[in-house]
Amino acid sequence: MPMRYPQGVDVAAAVAAGFVLDRCEAVPTLIGRAEDFLIVTGLAGTARDITALTHDSAQIYTMAGAMGGAAMIGLGLALARPDKRVLVATGDGEILMNVGALATIAVLNPANLSILVVDNGHYGETGWQKSHTSLGVDLEKIAIGSGIQRTRTIAQEAELAEGARVLREGNGTAFVVLRVAPAEPPSFKRNFDPAACRLRFRNALLGNG
Amino acid sequence: MRFANIGATVRRKWLSWNGFWRMSGESGQRWQDQLYDLLRRYNVTQFAYVPDAGHRILIDRSLADPDVRSVALTTEEEGVALLAGADLGGARGVLLMQSSGAGNCINMLSLAKGGRFPMLMLLSMRGDFGEGNPWQFPMGQAVEPVLQAMGVIVLRAEKPEEVNPTVEAALTMVFQSGNAVAVLLTQKLLGAKAF
Repeated sequence: MPMRYPQGVDVAAAVAAGFVLDRCEAVPTLIGRAEDFLIVTGLAGTARDITALTHDSAQIYTMAGAMGGAAMIGLGLALARPDKRVLVATGDGEILMNVGALATIAVLNPANLSILVVDNGHYGETGWQKSHTSLGVDLEKIAIGSGIQRTRTIAQEAELAEGARVLREGNGTAFVVLRVAPAEPPSFKRNFDPAACRLRFRNALLGNG
Repeated sequence: MRFANIGATVRRKWLSWNGFWRMSGESGQRWQDQLYDLLRRYNVTQFAYVPDAGHRILIDRSLADPDVRSVALTTEEEGVALLAGADLGGARGVLLMQSSGAGNCINMLSLAKGGRFPMLMLLSMRGDFGEGNPWQFPMGQAVEPVLQAMGVIVLRAEKPEEVNPTVEAALTMVFQSGNAVAVLLTQKLLGAKAF
């Protein structure tokens, strides 16, 4: 299926800046077997990516508010469950709202935590305004400067396998920026009730106790 | 003479914080140590904090405890999200902060009110009884109404002997009943910092 670009987005500028991958294909390729992870997502785009990938399964916790919290929810979960691999999949706008969390995470550096930023350079949910990453801000450099040692930026199809390896392996927290085109994320109906999703997640992971 | 003056300043600040060191209970233990032991008895294993003098003993005890994770935050809202993640994984946490940090948590507390994540917060108060720094008043005086507006139940402890019963009540309200509860360690308890 061809990418669907929203009206008003400067596609030529995005392509020139290297935002070309189709998230509908790149995200599933990068993550691979989603069942291998407990997954926390950000709002909007990445929530839709992961909901479509897993058919809104019980091992994901998606958000539609509390912006800026995804990475830290992932940290709390990773510290609580060192026996599981935790993936935070979030957007450029969501991680920009709380970049201090990267410093907090780097200090602890849990080996079972991976952060995937699906970076389309835009706030897709609010009218496709450019985000800071379209205007010169480099999230991988912020992660490096925060002290995260395993980082990659993936912007071409040929790099996806390397990104997938970084997300799954290693002895410290991984941070992967996936640069994608400013096009529509996949569509899949998901549960928007944060309390119901909490119980669903806990029941699947912990049983009813 | 310079050094003597510095010594006097340090001594004055020390005395003004003597509320920290008041003993309570028959054991003669500091109430802060009893508080740490209480939290551990209730299986709290994630201690999230923005450094604060009022929580120094709890922070130091958590750092020295091999069975807990001590998480230094850059801003308090990180701690709200951390506790939600801990709960998803079946672990219990506590968020330690100064009253000024309450304001930094507000939107993130959507997780508590909307998601019904259990949330235990201990706040050392500023901008309250005997405060000498005018910058502390706007947030200090707003702590209770803004937390309550986000659905957080607010309890206060004003004497050393009140701290542990109040926190034990909060532990039940949080981890058994699924609430968000903030316990305010007031300046009557802690003493006002001298300037």
